[in-house]
Amino acid sequence: MEKTILKTKDLTMIFGGLTAVSKLNLDIKENQIYGLIGPNGAGKTTAFNMITGVYMPTEGEVVFDGVDISKYKPNKITNLGVARTFQNIRLFSTMTVIENVMVARHLRMGANLPEAILRLPSYKKKHQESYDEAMELLKKVDLEKEAGELATSLPYGKQRRLEIARALATTPKLLLLDEPAAGMNPQESIELMNFIAKIRDQFSLTILMIEHHMQVVMGICEKITVLDYGQSIAIGNPEEIQNNQRVIEAYLGVE
Amino acid sequence: MEYSKLKKILTISSFFLLIALIYFAPNFLNDYAIRILNLSAIYVILAVSLNLTNGFTGLFSLGHAGFMSIGAYTTALLLMTEKTKIMNFYMYDIWPPLQGITLHLIPSLLMGGTLAAIFAVVIGAPTLKLRGDYLAIATLGFGEIIRVIFTNSHSITNGALGLKGIPGVTNLWWNWGIAALVILIVKNILDSSYGFAFKAIRDDEIAAESMGINIFKYKLMSFVISAFFAGIGGGLLAVLLSTIDPIMFRFVFTYQFLMIVVIGGLGSLTGSVISGIFITIMMEVLRFVEQPMNLGPIAIPGIPGMRMVIYSLILLFVILFYQKGIMGTNEFSWKWIIKKIGLGKFIKKEAAEQ
Repeated sequence: MEKTILKTKDLTMIFGGLTAVSKLNLDIKENQIYGLIGPNGAGKTTAFNMITGVYMPTEGEVVFDGVDISKYKPNKITNLGVARTFQNIRLFSTMTVIENVMVARHLRMGANLPEAILRLPSYKKKHQESYDEAMELLKKVDLEKEAGELATSLPYGKQRRLEIARALATTPKLLLLDEPAAGMNPQESIELMNFIAKIRDQFSLTILMIEHHMQVVMGICEKITVLDYGQSIAIGNPEEIQNNQRVIEAYLGVE
Repeated sequence: MEYSKLKKILTISSFFLLIALIYFAPNFLNDYAIRILNLSAIYVILAVSLNLTNGFTGLFSLGHAGFMSIGAYTTALLLMTEKTKIMNFYMYDIWPPLQGITLHLIPSLLMGGTLAAIFAVVIGAPTLKLRGDYLAIATLGFGEIIRVIFTNSHSITNGALGLKGIPGVTNLWWNWGIAALVILIVKNILDSSYGFAFKAIRDDEIAAESMGINIFKYKLMSFVISAFFAGIGGGLLAVLLSTIDPIMFRFVFTYQFLMIVVIGGLGSLTGSVISGIFITIMMEVLRFVEQPMNLGPIAIPGIPGMRMVIYSLILLFVILFYQKGIMGTNEFSWKWIIKKIGLGKFIKKEAAEQ
């Protein structure tokens, strides 16, 4: 049996009187590409925010790699090896492409402030390493030519790729992608699909993604959970989900 | 010529030019002009340190005058001789342990900076969890509290009487040397991954946190470094003015530096340096508007504070029409200057490879 990397137990989030996510149970195995789908407002991004520590769950647990992280702060969770991208792209707007990636390397650089202030050789070496690693990542997402440009001056598709590169720079074990194919045409979506499968193998990642493009989801996810009004209504592989009556009702409505 | 070599030559030659300027300044400038030059060095230090929090880390802090006063008082008390202290404290006796201590400039300044930094930790720990306007209000309150405490702790600060006769041990070399050091340190921080972390927090806190940056820790770090340099700047100011009192460090004083930073560009060191010098000189030049004037038929009496009206107008103009300030978030670079003076074609090829 494969090892479970992320497990949520009865994960619940209540905002005032609204239950955004109710008793969500996920069981994600190592190296899996897992899909989280559902109509708008189903609570998918809320689930992401609970896993990454942006929200503290009202109830339930998030267990990552054997550690209960449900009360951890986002930076600590990233430190443990969970990285994410955002639905509405959140790049550091006044910084260049390479600086955006180098911010994410800061965590793993192990430099201290005095050596940075004094520009000691030890710091210069670490800085150069961080730069090289960032450049290497940019090559992998095909952005090395834009390294010196302002992050926000990039076209939309490239900004999405930069967000993924930045997340990868934190050396995650689990990568959470929030609608990576949003706003892409079918051709770009297929490229993205191949790209995600490629980085999974290259970085031996586990990927949890929220996506609306059914083509992408059905094409690459190995297991899928469907959310509707905060409730998990179906779990299974792509074929099972496509033929599930409750899923069809949730997406198309009932007569 | 290769660009990196050219850059080195230009940097070194301008460095020596600056040294020569400072060396020969007393020959062709009078005492008044030298004093303005000294003051501008101190204002540059204070503006650069304020820019670190407000411009680069995106914290809206208004407690700068508070940190400056801590630095100013500490430096002053450590520098003054026992005799001067006794002369100053004629209403209340000075706290005995303080009476006998007399230190040199550098340890006094470092103590002032360190004490300001310690206060920054104490103030920052609870308030840096606040965002935007709330942080501004809390730090503003802190500045005022410090001032009130200084007014009332007679045996340490001599209360509202202030301290007089602080030995004037600095000169152009000290002030500009320390200013250069502060600029260099802050620049090194900003160019390192620590600086990237600060800017990331300014640009997007949620994304910064998900990049593994402990937001609170880095905000506090930026706040404390800024307070340290504010303390040193305050100390130098005390030495230059030779007299300090609590009224000097009203919150209006913070606004002066805030204005320098905004006019120079929030998030530009170069901007803070340029506008620090420019505003300090302007402040002196504009003194004439406070003199009584005779404009033909209209006679204007001298109104103290008229200069402030002009600053307000400048600030208003900048905020309305030139929001990014002189430099925006850009920094000085030789490449830019070379291009501007029309010699870009000579370095174009190499510059592209940089």
